[in-house]
Amino acid sequence: MVRLCGYGLPLAALLMSSLAFAASGGVALEPAGNDVSNVASLQRGARNFMNYCSGCHSAKYVRYNTLAEGLELTEDHLVEYLMFNAEKTFETIRSTMSTEDGGRWFGQAPPDMSLIARSKGTNYIYNFLKGFYLEERSPTGVNNVHLAGTSMPHVLWELQGYQAALFDLPDDSEGGAPQFSEFESVTPGTLSPEDYDAFVRDTVNFLEYISEPIRGTRRVLGVWVLLYLTLFLIIASMLKNQIWKDVS
Amino acid sequence: MARIESEIGKPQGGFLKWIDDRFPLSETMRYHATEYYASKNFNIWYVFGVLAMVVLVIQLVTGIFLTMNYKPSADEAFASVEYIMRDVSWGWLMRYLHSTGASFFFIVVYLHMFRAMLYGSYKKPRELIWIIGMLIFLVLMAEAFAGYLLPWGQMSYWGAQVIISLFGAIPFVGDALVEYIKGDYSISDITLNRFFALHVIALPLALIGLVFVHIVALHEVGSNNPDGIEIKEHKGPDGVPLDGVAFHPYHTSKDLVAIIVFLMIFSAVVFFAPDMGGYFLEHANFEPANTLVTPEHIAPVWYFTPYYAILRAVPNKLWGAVLMGAAVVLPLFLPWLDRCRVRSIRYRGWIYRSALGLFVISFFALGWLGLQPSEGIYVNLARLFTVIYFAFFLLMPYYSTIDKTKPVPDRVVYHG
Repeated sequence: MVRLCGYGLPLAALLMSSLAFAASGGVALEPAGNDVSNVASLQRGARNFMNYCSGCHSAKYVRYNTLAEGLELTEDHLVEYLMFNAEKTFETIRSTMSTEDGGRWFGQAPPDMSLIARSKGTNYIYNFLKGFYLEERSPTGVNNVHLAGTSMPHVLWELQGYQAALFDLPDDSEGGAPQFSEFESVTPGTLSPEDYDAFVRDTVNFLEYISEPIRGTRRVLGVWVLLYLTLFLIIASMLKNQIWKDVS
Repeated sequence: MARIESEIGKPQGGFLKWIDDRFPLSETMRYHATEYYASKNFNIWYVFGVLAMVVLVIQLVTGIFLTMNYKPSADEAFASVEYIMRDVSWGWLMRYLHSTGASFFFIVVYLHMFRAMLYGSYKKPRELIWIIGMLIFLVLMAEAFAGYLLPWGQMSYWGAQVIISLFGAIPFVGDALVEYIKGDYSISDITLNRFFALHVIALPLALIGLVFVHIVALHEVGSNNPDGIEIKEHKGPDGVPLDGVAFHPYHTSKDLVAIIVFLMIFSAVVFFAPDMGGYFLEHANFEPANTLVTPEHIAPVWYFTPYYAILRAVPNKLWGAVLMGAAVVLPLFLPWLDRCRVRSIRYRGWIYRSALGLFVISFFALGWLGLQPSEGIYVNLARLFTVIYFAFFLLMPYYSTIDKTKPVPDRVVYHG
């Protein structure tokens, strides 16, 4: 019993060890191209998240009031436009769906989004949200080229519309799985492809922001710290030279 | 050579005398600082000892503050780290200083150890300093390993799983030992609690004690220098080594410059790239530990990867673990493996220079290979470099005797 996952299982995983972010089915990732210093984009991302994601996904380490502060929103705006599932502004972002229900309905509960940008990377999320395609066999009617067999439905179908994925069949000699080649629109959504990209980019931007809200603070502080140390270095070097000048 | 007259240590009255009558304060200051003479020709390789002390202090201080808000519980650990990162005032700074400090500890310690190999600092009469240093290194590895479990992320959990399971390879007692270490059948809340105890009290206590002894031993025999000669053999009429300068204020003022440069590099990482692209903070560790889901890629943090590559280079689990352990412990025997009478690489022959070069290449190569998939060419490369790594140590008694050395100068080389 002790040995159940003692060596074999982790070591098997170790065989493929790498520092890379989670693999995405070998399909190349487009860069997300988001900018966490763009507050307007973060505000739009927050709107997107609260309206389309927070029903199922929590961001349980993020407090509404600190979020509002970081996104330069007034408390009135916060309460009116973003707080759908909380009473007090100091509460954290909980999803409407309970973990038990999520587990029962989807096979596994939708993951918390607080740190998703740090564990999976922004490029992955950006491509994942654009990677749903129609597949009849799937219980949700869709699959994803970046996470085969995902239990997440295409929540943004209204905006993106539905697309089909075209796969290249490998040569008989080599065998292996079909390789994704490109998407083909089936039903158009309410947003143009460019607008949908922007929508997803804002959302990803928001997710990156909440994964490390102090990111901006530390960068600003870092500049001051380095300036201080540079000044200190000059003085310390002068002191050292003064003390060492008579050593021959 | 004129010297700066030190006021400390001169007989005087007042408060200092009151103290000195009851505690050897002035005497200690003289012995360890103002009249501790070390060679004036120290180069950049000689700053890593003091930098290791700086990192130790950073780790202790930030560690204390982290402990104030961290919760050593499987249910709360991950959330408490995020609480520190988001809700505790300056908590993020304490956490990043601590996580960056862990990696920098190994950087400076590896460089510090390499300095000893460059200039033969482990040789007689400094064998004990070297052995104590190796013990510090072992405790540091245990400290880092225990600390890595505490955030209770996926990599914390599965990394610990892999390493602890290695003990299971020991015949007869292996399984019982694994259970004993975990305190449970699997890594659990109990394991987390005991690792916390080890990380915050047992191992730091051992570390501080060993560092103290390391420095006492060093000051007893005196520091080596890049020429590998004894400065005590040439003393002036005042009994002061002619090539030595007092630790304070000479070396302290020089070390201060080094410390600031170090802090600049350190701060650059803390403030601008705290996860260092996944090398200092692994991406998968931002997911809470999940006993049911093995991460796609389990890789130890970079400072363990050379040994990890050696482990994986051996097809047999037991022998892999034995070889990994041997790779860690083998440097401890350097004072006796190295039979050459000349200390410094400056005056040693091409054989040792090439051997040391190959050793460095194999150490870096193994470090890189430890991050790669264990398949195909990578495994064979890891085997090749493992052989070189061990050959460096095991063949040393032979090649260090046949190497042609250059004449060693009488006095240290110093270009003011």
